[in-house]
Amino acid sequence: MNTLVTPHTYSRLARLSDYLWHHPKQVLIAMLVLPVLWLGVVYLGSLATLLIQSFFSIDEFSGLIKHEWTLKTYQELFVPANLDIILRTVLMAALVTIASAILAFPIAYYATRYAKGVWKALFYIGIMLPLWSSYLVKIYAWKLILAREGILNWLFTSLHLDGLLNVYLALPVVGGSSLSVSYTGTFLVFVYVWLPFMILPLQAALERVPSSLLEASADLGASAWQTFRHVLLPLALPGLIAGSIFTFSLTLGDYIIPQIIGSSRLFIGQAVYMQQGTAGNIPLAAAFSVVPIVIMGIYLWLAKRAGAFNAL
Amino acid sequence: MHSKAPWSLKIAAGLGLAFLHLPILLIFVYAFTTEEKSYQWPPPDFTLKWFGVAWERSDVWEALTLSVKVASISTLIALVLGTLCAAAVSRTRFFGRETISLLVILPIALPGIITGIALRSAFNLAEIPFSFWTIVLGHATFCIVVVYNNAVARFRRLSGSLIEASMDLGANSFQTFRYVILPNIATALLAGGMLAFALSFDEVIVTTFTAGQQSTLPIWMLEELVRPRQRPVTNVVAVMVVLMTLLPIIAAYYLTRDGEHSAGQGK
Repeated sequence: MNTLVTPHTYSRLARLSDYLWHHPKQVLIAMLVLPVLWLGVVYLGSLATLLIQSFFSIDEFSGLIKHEWTLKTYQELFVPANLDIILRTVLMAALVTIASAILAFPIAYYATRYAKGVWKALFYIGIMLPLWSSYLVKIYAWKLILAREGILNWLFTSLHLDGLLNVYLALPVVGGSSLSVSYTGTFLVFVYVWLPFMILPLQAALERVPSSLLEASADLGASAWQTFRHVLLPLALPGLIAGSIFTFSLTLGDYIIPQIIGSSRLFIGQAVYMQQGTAGNIPLAAAFSVVPIVIMGIYLWLAKRAGAFNAL
Repeated sequence: MHSKAPWSLKIAAGLGLAFLHLPILLIFVYAFTTEEKSYQWPPPDFTLKWFGVAWERSDVWEALTLSVKVASISTLIALVLGTLCAAAVSRTRFFGRETISLLVILPIALPGIITGIALRSAFNLAEIPFSFWTIVLGHATFCIVVVYNNAVARFRRLSGSLIEASMDLGANSFQTFRYVILPNIATALLAGGMLAFALSFDEVIVTTFTAGQQSTLPIWMLEELVRPRQRPVTNVVAVMVVLMTLLPIIAAYYLTRDGEHSAGQGK
């Protein structure tokens, strides 16, 4: 027996402490009960009530929800207009993800391999600041940039490139009456806002690549491109996948960016918002929100198999 | 051997960083413009007037106060729940451990609109009226993951032998927690808390579904974005929001960076 422990200090608290030490399972349960109640009951419960509503339908005459099990609402998703919304959103999410990956790679690679000392800190803050800066402020900045009287048009005009911009705007699909009401504008803002979410996991993955591997590849006669293609890229892949989870999922569900900068054609998020708000069709809104859940479910399952969660 | 970075890489990285930062810097210029009807570039002239105008606006102050209150309480809840989860997941291996970490990540892995609409329909179903607390409920849910991530990373580095040593030297569980575990995880919790605060302070998507008639600062901004009425005031508020988020982020960086040298790391 430890001589320091007098009977006096061996209090109720100490007895409780001993009890806890001998009953790790109870401690574990006590620790988990609150978070699991919150996330498991409140959050998953809410998700479940939403999902259940997607199996109800709306009465076309009264506009009230019919509480009968049906797949009718899901069939509505496959109406051409709604299918368009889904395909448009998925395509946009894919393009945004690819563009983010291309932009993110040099930043992440430079930050992990070449930035030293002060520069490393600057790079880190240089990535964290845009990540944590206000989402709306970032969109607002692009509203300023893309405005007709804004800096981008001014830049093109002062460089006498406004003809080029007009040719681009005259293109079908990507063009529009101005950049701020075109798909190009929406795309730019999406890439800008989600780019840091790609850089960080990529950086985490690249940090684990030993530089000796790259040197060995070069010593064995591989060109810079071959080293990148056959050594660096496969090792960075989990990071790229982890980043793509963010960029893809965030683009799928966003309804504010396309509402503020973009053409009036809808994305999934906007459709959900409209259906639950002005249209008052909760079942269809619920069915629409199941689409990103299913897509992300498949995506996460594939990512897990590729070992991407270790890079998060 | 450390070769120098190729020029192409330097340029690509530099351009990428410029792309990330220039748009935000642009807002700073706009905050001083004398032009109030359009987003004209270059600004015709500069003035400090709008800072005074924004300062006098009671709707901005009300939105700011609500945002700070919501963010503080959500952060507190997230700190408790996130730390508990992190401690449980990192100190023991148990059945359903993977499920718990998935459950924590889910609120940010799923698009915000789904969290928002799910909570809204649950509130409707349970006939809970929208209030301050419905906003907090939504915010705390997605803030847990930030605290959790920070805490889990630190718990992993915290060597188990430190805790055993404390117990061997006669400390009980509570003393070990107070004098050994807490000092070691404190900076990670502070960093996680600051990031949670920043996340909540900025959140708009879930909030539009759970706020009812009240407006937090992001909701105020959103209304200005959709229907611009007060362009100069919005510019000033945007600059203030950037500056307000800047400080906690830099602080969080320094806190977690020092934590890399936490005790018991040399295993």
